[in-house]
Amino acid sequence: MASLKELRNRIASVQATQKITRAMQMVAASKLRRAQEAAEAARPYADRMGAVLANLAAGITDTTSAPRLLAGTGSDQRHLLIVATAERGLCGGFNSSISRLARADAQRLMGEGKQVEILCVGRKGHDALKRSFENELLEPITFQGLKSIGFEQAQQVGEKVLADFAADKFDVCTLYFSRFENVISQIPTGLQIIPASIETSQADNLADNLADALQGAAYDYEPEENDILDALLPRNITVQVLRALLENAASEQGARMSAMDNATRNAGEMIDSLSITYNRSRQAQITKELIEIISGAEAL
Amino acid sequence: MADKLQFDLVSPEKLVFSAQVDGVQIPGAEGDFGALPNHSPVMAMLRAGTLVIENDGKTQDYTLDGGFVDVTPQGVTVLAESIGEGAGEEA
Repeated sequence: MASLKELRNRIASVQATQKITRAMQMVAASKLRRAQEAAEAARPYADRMGAVLANLAAGITDTTSAPRLLAGTGSDQRHLLIVATAERGLCGGFNSSISRLARADAQRLMGEGKQVEILCVGRKGHDALKRSFENELLEPITFQGLKSIGFEQAQQVGEKVLADFAADKFDVCTLYFSRFENVISQIPTGLQIIPASIETSQADNLADNLADALQGAAYDYEPEENDILDALLPRNITVQVLRALLENAASEQGARMSAMDNATRNAGEMIDSLSITYNRSRQAQITKELIEIISGAEAL
Repeated sequence: MADKLQFDLVSPEKLVFSAQVDGVQIPGAEGDFGALPNHSPVMAMLRAGTLVIENDGKTQDYTLDGGFVDVTPQGVTVLAESIGEGAGEEA
């Protein structure tokens, strides 16, 4: 059995750990609120952008003249996977679940003989994928030390993606991030952004709403429909990236909060059981000393 | 009292302005135009310029750095990339 001093030291060290995890949990909780607000504030823009695009895309019948961002390059041989993760660890399965999804998809695509490139946004995803995809990884984009993610960061990623697309480096682009469902559940998601995927059910719905809203009048476009589409599609990429990054930020804090909550609870249980062992061995020692004294006195 | 239109000014980061107003003046890429309630539906690109919201005889300015506008008879939605508060409210 460990000596009393050893037990005392262990209890003290677990207590110190518990203090850290509890502090991290509280920090994550307050950051979560802010991240969640930011994610929710970004929704109207992304939703309206989606609505407008769906509306425009529905009007395009001739796919040959449609912009490449919408119609694609006509091939799906070369894939770019954007993997958005956190800059820091200690947030439960957050980073690894995103990396796992991306890795599975990358391996499936490579198994089908397709060419895959992986662009990591966030250091952790890059670290996780480095071993399996040494040759496929591009230089990662990291936002280390930044307090909050904004439009500028999304633009940085968006511009890189658009530049590569314009340079004809890939055909299909998929964005991996963790959708923020609630504090305890974050769902790793893959979203295809090039060619733009527009949900048809959503588009139908919108078309109906629109028909009501317009009261039979037809839309005027200024400039031409195609020009608007050309201008909006690149912007849409950035908006999608921004939305993913913001959802990710909220998910990260949510995941960290529940991970740290668990850690704090575990530390508490550990302290309890160690304290019991400590008290028991202390008592045993006192009893032993008493027996020694009493039997010594009796012998006299 | 005349009709009002629902005006939403949205930036990628948040909903900047959302209220019922009398009208808005929009810096369109192919010329500025004003939108009053029951405007015919228009989709237009914006240039960098000033957006003026008119309500109850007052105006409020926002400077925009390009963007996109969706006008329907019910309302106007402006999607702008960066939005700066303009000269503010004037009588």
